[in-house]
Amino acid sequence: MSILVDKNTRVICQGITGKAGEFHSKNCLEYGTKMVAGVTPGRGGQSVLGLPVYDTVVEAVEKDGAEATMIFVPAPFTADAILEAADAGIKLIVAITEGVPVLDMARVYARLKADYPHVRLVGPNCPGVITAGECKIGIMPGYIHKRGKVGVMSRSGTLTYEAVWQLTGLGLGQTTCVGLGGDPIVGTSFIDVLGMFQEDPETEAIIMMGEIGGTAEEEAAAFVKANVTKPVAAFIAGRTAPPGKRMGHAGAIISGGKGTAAEKVAALHDAGIEVAESPADMGEAVVRAIKRAGK
Amino acid sequence: MKIHEFQGKALLRQAGISVPAGVAAKTPDEAAAAFDQLGGKLAVVKAQIHAGGRGKGTIKDNPSQRGVELVKTREDAKRVAAALLGKELVTIQTGPEGKMVQQVLVEAGCDIDRELYLGIVVDRACSLPVLMVSNEGGMNIEEVAAETPEKIFLEPFHPADGLQSYQVRKLCHRLGIKGDSIRSAEKLMKGLCKLFVDLDCSIVEVNPLVVTKQGDLMALDAKINFDDNAMFRHKDLAELRDLSEEDPAEVRAGNAGLSYVQLEGNIGCLVNGAGLAMSTMDLVKLHGGQPANFLDVGGGAQVDQVTEAFRILLGDKNVKAVLVNIFGGIMRCTTIANAILEAYKQVDFNVPLVVRLEGTEVEEGRKILANSGIKVIAAEGLTDAAKKVVAAAGAA
Repeated sequence: MSILVDKNTRVICQGITGKAGEFHSKNCLEYGTKMVAGVTPGRGGQSVLGLPVYDTVVEAVEKDGAEATMIFVPAPFTADAILEAADAGIKLIVAITEGVPVLDMARVYARLKADYPHVRLVGPNCPGVITAGECKIGIMPGYIHKRGKVGVMSRSGTLTYEAVWQLTGLGLGQTTCVGLGGDPIVGTSFIDVLGMFQEDPETEAIIMMGEIGGTAEEEAAAFVKANVTKPVAAFIAGRTAPPGKRMGHAGAIISGGKGTAAEKVAALHDAGIEVAESPADMGEAVVRAIKRAGK
Repeated sequence: MKIHEFQGKALLRQAGISVPAGVAAKTPDEAAAAFDQLGGKLAVVKAQIHAGGRGKGTIKDNPSQRGVELVKTREDAKRVAAALLGKELVTIQTGPEGKMVQQVLVEAGCDIDRELYLGIVVDRACSLPVLMVSNEGGMNIEEVAAETPEKIFLEPFHPADGLQSYQVRKLCHRLGIKGDSIRSAEKLMKGLCKLFVDLDCSIVEVNPLVVTKQGDLMALDAKINFDDNAMFRHKDLAELRDLSEEDPAEVRAGNAGLSYVQLEGNIGCLVNGAGLAMSTMDLVKLHGGQPANFLDVGGGAQVDQVTEAFRILLGDKNVKAVLVNIFGGIMRCTTIANAILEAYKQVDFNVPLVVRLEGTEVEEGRKILANSGIKVIAAEGLTDAAKKVVAAAGAA
C-alpha cells in the first residue's frame, strides 16, 4: 500500500508540449509512471513521447481513462487548468507551476471545496507526489527514492530531496513522498496527508519538513497529538530568517511576529514529535522517533 | 510590490473611497504651494517612505523632527518639508539606518471624532481574503493582535462575491458605528475589499481609518502592497514602483529571476529551492558562521542567471567565503558546474568557494569541476559543507 498514487494510476500532463512539461513527463515515464496522455489547448492530434496530445482534459478522461494530472502550464493559466481537470473528473491534481497569483488560488480553493469536494489538489508550487518504485508525478529526482516504510511530506522541494536522500542512505525507504508547496494557499495540508499516512498500513513512520510563515505546522502538531499513533519526526526551515522578508516561497514570511520557526518547533516538541535541529539530521531524527516509539 | 501612501490614496480616490485632499511635494517650495492649494488653513506634512511607523519615527540627525507633523501656515509647511526631504527617517520598520525621504505628502486636515483600524489580507487558515477592523486605530496593530486579539473583528469574503452588506452591518455593530455612518462604512468597506481583489493586493491597510465629526468614514492612511505574481495583469501598476526604496542587490537578483535577501553575515550562500536555501542559512549558523544572504536560484535557472548570482554574492564586500549547495531536481548539477566555470572567467573570485552537489546529473557535474583546474573545495553532505565554509570564512 501507499497513499494517493500507485503503479496503476493513469496520469496525464497538462502542458506536455512545453519544455518543462515534456522533460519531466519523460522522466516520469522512465520511472515507471503509467502516463497515458498529454493536454495542451490547440495542440490536439499531435504526439509527444509516444503519448497522444489532446486539446482538453475531458478527452483524456474519456479516451484514456485518466485519473491524475501533472500541471506544468504557465502561472497565468494554472487556475483554469486546475478547474478544467476537476470538471473533467480527474481525482488527483498535482500542480507543479510556481508563481500563481494568490487570489487565483483563493477562487480555485473555494470552487473545489464547494463543487468538487472529492478532488484532491496538491500544490501549486510543489515538487509533486511519488510512491517509491511505482509512480512519480512531479519533478523530484527518482533515483534517490527507495521503497520502504517512511511517509514523507514537505512544503519545500529540494529540502524533501535532502530528507529522502538521508533516509535512503540510512537504509530507511519511503512509501509516498508528498510535496505540499510553498504558496500561502495550497490544496493539501500537512493534516490531510497525516490522516492518510495514519490510515496506510505500510507507512510506519512519518517525517514532515515545514518552514516559517503561517500556522500549518502548529495545526499539524495538534493533529498529531490527537490522532496520530505512528512515530513522527520534523524539521523546520528558516530559524535564521529575518522577519518581514519573503524567503523565496510566497508563503515563507514572518509577519506581525507570527510564523516564526521557534513557535513551530515548540508546538512540535509539545506534540511529542522528534525535531531535527539541523537539516543534516533529518534522517537520524526519523531513526530516533522510531526507536523512541519502541518499534 | 510596495507603493507610497500618496500613490495608494490616489488609487483609493479613483475607486470612490473617501480620502483627504492632498498633494505630493518634492521640494519645500512645492510643499508651501500645496499648503495654499489645499485652502491654507490646516494641513499635515507626511514623509513618504516604504515603511510604517512614520508618525513616531524621527529624522536620524535631528531626533526632534518626526515623520508626520501638523502645520498651520505655509511657512510651517515649508520648514517641515525642508526638515524631512533628503534626510533619513528612522522608524520601527526601517532599521537604524533609516530611509531617505524623497517626497512628502501635504494633506488637508479633518475633524476627527474616532480613529479605527482596517486591514485586508489573505488569511491562510481559511484560504480567503479577510477584512479586519478594530477600534484600536492609530495603534500598533501587531501589539493589539498579540495582547488583546478580541479587539480585532474579522470577516472573510469570497473574491468573486466581495464583502456582503450584512457583514458590514455586523462589523459596524461591533465597532459601535451607528446611524448614517453605517452607509458611509458600507461604501468604504465594500470599496476597499473590491479594490483588494481587483488590483490583486497582498495587503491593504488603513491605519487610522477615521470617523469625522460629520459622521463620515475616511481613509487617513493607505498602505497597499501588490502580489508580485499577479503583476502580469496589472501593467499600469508597474509604473508606481519606486526602485530607490528597494535594496539594489535584491532588485538586480529579481531582474535575473533569482530570489535574494540581503543579511548581515559573511558567508555567501547559493542554493536551489527556498526550503533548502533557508536550511542552508540555518546550518551555517548552527556551525558558528553567519550567512550573508538568502539566495534561491530556483529550478529553471540557466548558466547566465547563476553567473549573475555569483556576481551579486561576490559584489557584497562582507562576503569572505561562498557556499554552493545544490540538490538537483529540475536544476541539473551540470548547469551549476558550468555556471561556476563561466563565473570564474567573468568574475574575480577572491574568496574561497565550497561546493556541495547532489541530485540530477551529479557525477557529470562533479567531473566538470574536478577537471576544470579551478580551486573549489568539494564537500560531501551538509555538515561537511557547513564546517568547511565556516572554516574558510574564518581563515580568510
